[in-house]
This record gives sequence, structure tokens and C-alpha cells, in this order.
Amino acid sequence: MLELRALSRHFGGVRAVDGLDLAVQEGQIFGLIGPNGSGKSTTVNVITGLFPPTSGAIVFRGRDIAGLPTHLRLREGIARTFQNIRLFGQLSVWQNLWVAQNSAQDLAHQGFFARWLGGQRGVREEIGRLLEFSGLAHKRDELAANLAFGEQRRLELARAMAAKPKLLLLDEPAAGMNSEEIGQLRSRILKLRESGVTILLVEHVMELVMGVTDRIAVLNFGQKIAEGTPTEIQAHPAVRKAYLGGEAA
Amino acid sequence: MDFYFGLAQLIGVHTLLGLSAYIVLLTGQVSLAQAGFFAVGAYTAGMLTVLAGWHLVPALGASAMTGAAVACAVGFPALRVKGLMLVIATLAFGEGVRLFFFNFDYQIAKGGIQVGPLGGEGFRQIRFFPENGWETGEVMLFIWVFVAAAMALLWWFDRSRYGTVLRAVGEDELAAQSVGINLTAVKVSAMTVGGAIAGIGGGLYAHYTTHIEHASFSILLATFAIAYPIVGGLRSVFGTLLAVIFVQGILVEGLRFLGDWRNLLFGALIVLAMNLRPSGILGRRRA
Repeated sequence: MLELRALSRHFGGVRAVDGLDLAVQEGQIFGLIGPNGSGKSTTVNVITGLFPPTSGAIVFRGRDIAGLPTHLRLREGIARTFQNIRLFGQLSVWQNLWVAQNSAQDLAHQGFFARWLGGQRGVREEIGRLLEFSGLAHKRDELAANLAFGEQRRLELARAMAAKPKLLLLDEPAAGMNSEEIGQLRSRILKLRESGVTILLVEHVMELVMGVTDRIAVLNFGQKIAEGTPTEIQAHPAVRKAYLGGEAA
Repeated sequence: MDFYFGLAQLIGVHTLLGLSAYIVLLTGQVSLAQAGFFAVGAYTAGMLTVLAGWHLVPALGASAMTGAAVACAVGFPALRVKGLMLVIATLAFGEGVRLFFFNFDYQIAKGGIQVGPLGGEGFRQIRFFPENGWETGEVMLFIWVFVAAAMALLWWFDRSRYGTVLRAVGEDELAAQSVGINLTAVKVSAMTVGGAIAGIGGGLYAHYTTHIEHASFSILLATFAIAYPIVGGLRSVFGTLLAVIFVQGILVEGLRFLGDWRNLLFGALIVLAMNLRPSGILGRRRA
């Protein structure tokens, strides 16, 4: 579904991502882990088009999308959440989901007038489902900035889902969560996969990564040092070395 | 009575100017180009009624179109830059427009006299209202029909998905892009709508003052334009209207008795108002 071929992104002399090859299959939950500064977030930013790659190809469903602007990559079916939550704080919960309905299907089925200048009636049902999914139905008219931290994370996930993505990039969705919230996040991620969404999960919290992913790639200094199933990764000497440092094995 | 009608005309035209900056400011862009679009609209409508003998209403339609066209053309390159760079770029554009009209001559003989813009002398023969026997009160009502229409349009935008998308872009461009919003299309469209509104405002201004010149469209006017939505707040279009009434009606007119001290106090009161209500007279918008 998503293939990165020899992907690099350099910032001046810093090789944030350096010759990365990665293949995510349809229906997978693919984990991307690595120490701080290993290039995980840069990879997400390059896949979604916030930075152009220095070299290499990004192939999504058979098409090289490296030249597409960010909003068109979303229309192709790639949505994301951010490591540091980026909601539209002065818009309501409901409006955050409303402005995010930019999928190819929505564009094809809504007339120009209804889409841009019509009222909220036509889309109420669909947004209602997203609110239900994220447990925010009772907060629909609250400003996003006034939500609690965990609610903001849920809203951001729902906002990504409003674009009906085929591939969802989650950039450290469990950061700052307690273990009960991580449990809820986990079941939400599994529910998304059941609905047919492929997921690339960038995460620090091993409790989550090891529990939900089918396959994991480990980055260090912008390069992939290991790839395999969660069990294989846990036993991998290079991974232990990258995380624990020194000569540990 | 004519004094108040005159003031209401000024407030009406400045409200159009402020609304043109309001919609651009919703997307987070501080534009000092609005006085330029206003000038383009003023000269367009003036030349059409005086030189081509058009009725004012179609001439104002043409003002809206030229204002929109120029704004759209400026929007593409200008909106690639942000923040202070955008302020400088749009300021340069506004000054460019002013200098263009400073050097712009296009006079023809009509009824034994030369009419039309004449560079630094300005364009002094815009007589549509007096020639057609309009009273000051009627002119004022005519202006306010356009103000009400522009306010209704932007009010509707604010309630629609379009207006919500404008605000989303104003809040966080990176997030807006990432949820599939085409930043260029959104920003240029806001600039274009703003240009059309400013163009109509300029066309009305040219006709009620009866003469226009480059100096009327200076940086001071551009500053007023952007000050209105900032002072009024972005909660709704009424903030901009209240800000124009506050600035033009109360500060500029109400303090006239102070003579030369007025300008000093005028600035101080704006600073005070912004300190008392940092997010504008109507404050932040609540969803």
C-alpha cells in the first residue's frame, strides 16, 4: 500500500532520514520506533508532504506521490495526527470535524454550493458517527481549546478519520497518556483496522506498539536498523543496543 | 442634518473597507493592500460614470470586478509569504497603486471641459449624484444598501463551511493543509472577495466625495482598513462595524474640539481600547 524507496531527507548536513526503504501492506498496523531524533516524525512529515524528500520515492497504491502537495495526498487517502496536538482551538469540536471532510468521495458527491456555502444539515449524520466513535458527542459545541488533553487527542484522531483515509499515520498518539487511556487508544486503533484502515504507528510507548502492531521497523540516525514482528524486534540485538546504548545485547 | 448624513456615508464606506480586510484577516493574513483595491475601485467607477457615461450601479459592478481581479492577481504571489513579510509586500503593492494614480492621466473633453484623472491633480469631476439630483440622505441610504449586502454576505460565509475553513486556516495553516485544505485556493479566494468589497467601497467613496486623488489612498487608509477588524474582533462582522463607528464617529469626529491634540489622544485611545479588550470590541468568537 505504501512503499518508501531509498527515501532521504537532509536538513543541511543532518541526515534526518537516510536511504529508508519501507513497505506497509494493506490492512497492516505497522510500527515505526526508534530513539528520540531517529527520524520518525520527519518520515511522517515527508510522507504527508510537509517537507519534500531530498531523494527517493514515496509510492502510495502504485503511484509516486512525492510531487503532490499535502492537501492532494490527503485526497489520495493519507491522513495523520500530530505528535504535539494541532487542533483548530477556537473552532468547536463539531467544526473541527466539519472542515476536515475533504476526502475524494466527499468532493465527488457534494455539489460546490452545498459543500462550501450550504448549512450543516447534510453532513450531520456522518459527523455524529465520528463524535460517537471518539466519545465526544456530549462536547460537540465545546471549543477544541477547552477540551482536556485526552479529549483533544481523541478529537485529533476523529478529525483524521473525517477524511475517510485509507492510510492513517499516527505520530506518537499515546504521548502523555496514562495506561487506562492507552488501553482505550489501543482498542480504538484495532477498531479502525477492522474498518479497513491501514495504520502506520510512530510511537515511543512500547506497551502500545508491542500490543497492536503486525510488523515493526526500527530507525536509528535516520536509517532502518531492524524490521520484523514484535517478537523478533524485542529479541533483536541491534535494537537493544540502540535503545540501551553501549554494547548491551 | 447633512453633517450626520455625511458622517454616515463615511462610516458606511469605511465599513466596506474594514469588511474587505476582515475576510482576509480570518485566514490569518494581515493585508495592507486593501486601500489599493479601494483606489482601483474608486478610479474604475469614476471613469465609467464620467468618461463613459455609465449609470453608477453597473459602474460599481465593474469596480467590484476590477477590485477582485487585482486582488486575485496580488493574492497568488503575496500569499506565498507570511507574517511581517506579507505586511511589507502588501504595503508595497498599496504604495504602488497610489503612485500609479499619481502618474495616471486620462482626460477627454466633455461639455467644453477636460474631464478625467490628471496625475497629482486628481480626478475632480465625478458628479453622478448632483447631476442626477440625489440628496445627501438618499446617497447615504444608497451606500448603506451595499454595506448591508456585504455584511449579510460575510455573515452567511461565517455560518457556512467556507467561513469555517477560513478560520481553520487562520488558526493553524499546517494542520489545515494536513486535513486536506488547499491553502492557496482558500487564501486567494478570501483576498478576491475582499478585493471586490473594497472595490465597491472605493466606487461609492469616489461618488460621494466627487473628487479623488492619490493622496486619499495612502498608508493611513490602509492602516485604518486593517485596524477595523482588529479593533472590532473577529467574532462577527458586527465587530468591524462597531470599530468603524468607534474610530470614525467617536474618536475622529467626537474629539474634534481638542484641535491638534486630537491625533495624540486618538492613538492613545486605540491603544487603551486594545488593552481593555485585547481580542476586539466583540471579543473572541464562541462556537
